[in-house]
Amino acid sequence: MSPVVSGACQGYVSGGADDRGMTSTAIAASGLRKAFGDKIVLDGIDLDVPAGTVFSLLGPNGAGKTTAVNVLTTLIKADGGTVRVAGHDVATDARAVRAAIGVTGQFAAVDDLLTGEENLQLMVDLHHQRASEGKQVVTSLLERFELAESAQKMAATYSGGMRRKLDLAMTLVTRPQIIFLDEPTTGLDPRSRRTMWNIVRELVADGVTVFLTTQYLEEADQLADQIAVLDQGHLVAEGSPGELKRQVSGSHVRLQVSDIVTLEAAAGILTGSTADHATLTLRVPSDGKAKSLRTLLDRLDDHSIDVAEFSVHTPDLDDVFLALTGHPSTEVNAR
Amino acid sequence: MNTTSKPLADSRVMLRRNLKHIRRNPVTIFNGALMPVVIMLLFVYVLGNAFNVGEHYIEYATPGLILLAITYGLAGTAVSVNSDMTKGIINRFKVMNVSRGAVLNGHVAATMLGSSVAIAVIIGMAFALGFRSPANLPDWLGAVGIIAATAFAAAWLTVALGMAAKTPESAGLTVVPLILLPFLSSAIVPAAKMGQGVRQFAQYQPFTPIIESLRGLLAGTPSGGYAAAALAWCAGIALVGYLWSRATFTKRA
Repeated sequence: MSPVVSGACQGYVSGGADDRGMTSTAIAASGLRKAFGDKIVLDGIDLDVPAGTVFSLLGPNGAGKTTAVNVLTTLIKADGGTVRVAGHDVATDARAVRAAIGVTGQFAAVDDLLTGEENLQLMVDLHHQRASEGKQVVTSLLERFELAESAQKMAATYSGGMRRKLDLAMTLVTRPQIIFLDEPTTGLDPRSRRTMWNIVRELVADGVTVFLTTQYLEEADQLADQIAVLDQGHLVAEGSPGELKRQVSGSHVRLQVSDIVTLEAAAGILTGSTADHATLTLRVPSDGKAKSLRTLLDRLDDHSIDVAEFSVHTPDLDDVFLALTGHPSTEVNAR
Repeated sequence: MNTTSKPLADSRVMLRRNLKHIRRNPVTIFNGALMPVVIMLLFVYVLGNAFNVGEHYIEYATPGLILLAITYGLAGTAVSVNSDMTKGIINRFKVMNVSRGAVLNGHVAATMLGSSVAIAVIIGMAFALGFRSPANLPDWLGAVGIIAATAFAAAWLTVALGMAAKTPESAGLTVVPLILLPFLSSAIVPAAKMGQGVRQFAQYQPFTPIIESLRGLLAGTPSGGYAAAALAWCAGIALVGYLWSRATFTKRA
């Protein structure tokens, strides 16, 4: 079972952002390789991220996501392959790449001993913006990220969610065209996670290209136009969220009925189904598409079978990993 | 912003940031300014009369205490440099195209400013406790020169030590030898009065010529030999610290 989708990104037409003076490809990597000692972390990665889209690199801990981000953002040098970001080569023109990008890492890179406002002002000063303009940038970012109330408090006193928001706000001071978010919601509570997702959507609406790494399929599903699944240094699958999920067997429909007679009647007419007598549920394999669901419901109707509850189950990251790599995402590879 | 002034402008921004850190971390202020004063009171009032140093003890001890005012402030710098390297903010600066040396320059400048506050406090205390100096203006300027060179060298070496440490906690420990060295020099008692072995070490370690040249200048009897040795040590230590810092910075960041 190794349904690898290849070339799913090719031929994708970028939606806008050309007016910002960018080529239609924001990030292009080919044959990217990186090893630390004899441990190969990235083993020939190809990426093609159209400008103005959200690209998600999905993978478990230790898959090489952060290393990929570090190479793409000029923080470390690749051992092999070429990378162009915003049209510039990261190896020979790092300065131009840095002028176009912003990075928010896995651990919030804020200055704990400065207040939220001072952290943003530090970015303004280092970017050598005009003082009046800078003040305005700081104020508007504090408001946009709902940090105005805590602006005068030291960042050390901020909650995890506030730190991430401040971190991202600091990244936005330089108005980057391409933003790298390395696991932006890891460790956040569900509410902060949703806030972060909304911020990412706003950025994309403004024409920014987002490169997002995550270990949550749901996050990639919610935000990404294209997903690449990284496992032990290889891209094992690429495609839109829907394409990826369809690669995975295990989609099914669950029927809840009210008594054992109905359960057996339903099991009798639905081929391939498995009945659970204890919970009075029937599991029916299905691709989850409207057409096949309608056929299924019509069939139940024809036999006058009354269904109390009906739900469609799509696979989560663990299913995807199991299907694509043959091992669960939680398995720590000690290689 | 043209390219020649960017490193300077970036260094200034970093210095402002580091000074805010110092103001908000009272422990570093305590170590840098108060500990030398406590030691001064201890040695001058409690122990000083027991030492026969051939002169008024406060006059003998002040040059060494000035050095302690420099070294006691260093732990904060080492921790702060290491935190920058280990807590991710350095990556932010790198991606923002911040000038290469600015982060390090900011730490060195902030450390020297912190040292000057501690030194001003200790010299003020010395005068309050009866320190008198026959030194003229050129002597004082010479003393300021030696002190500045020492603070500069100590700051670069500390930045290098802080960069080389694995964690902020261990970074604070790396400067302990620097804090102990003045005690094994002629700072508190003359090297000639120390035991075999320790005496030789005290005579040849860098702090002794620095302290002796300072002592000569403050007593109005400058010694060219000690001053030359002191400046040579400072230049050497500063150079080693600078090159080591730059190398570690390139490797780690």
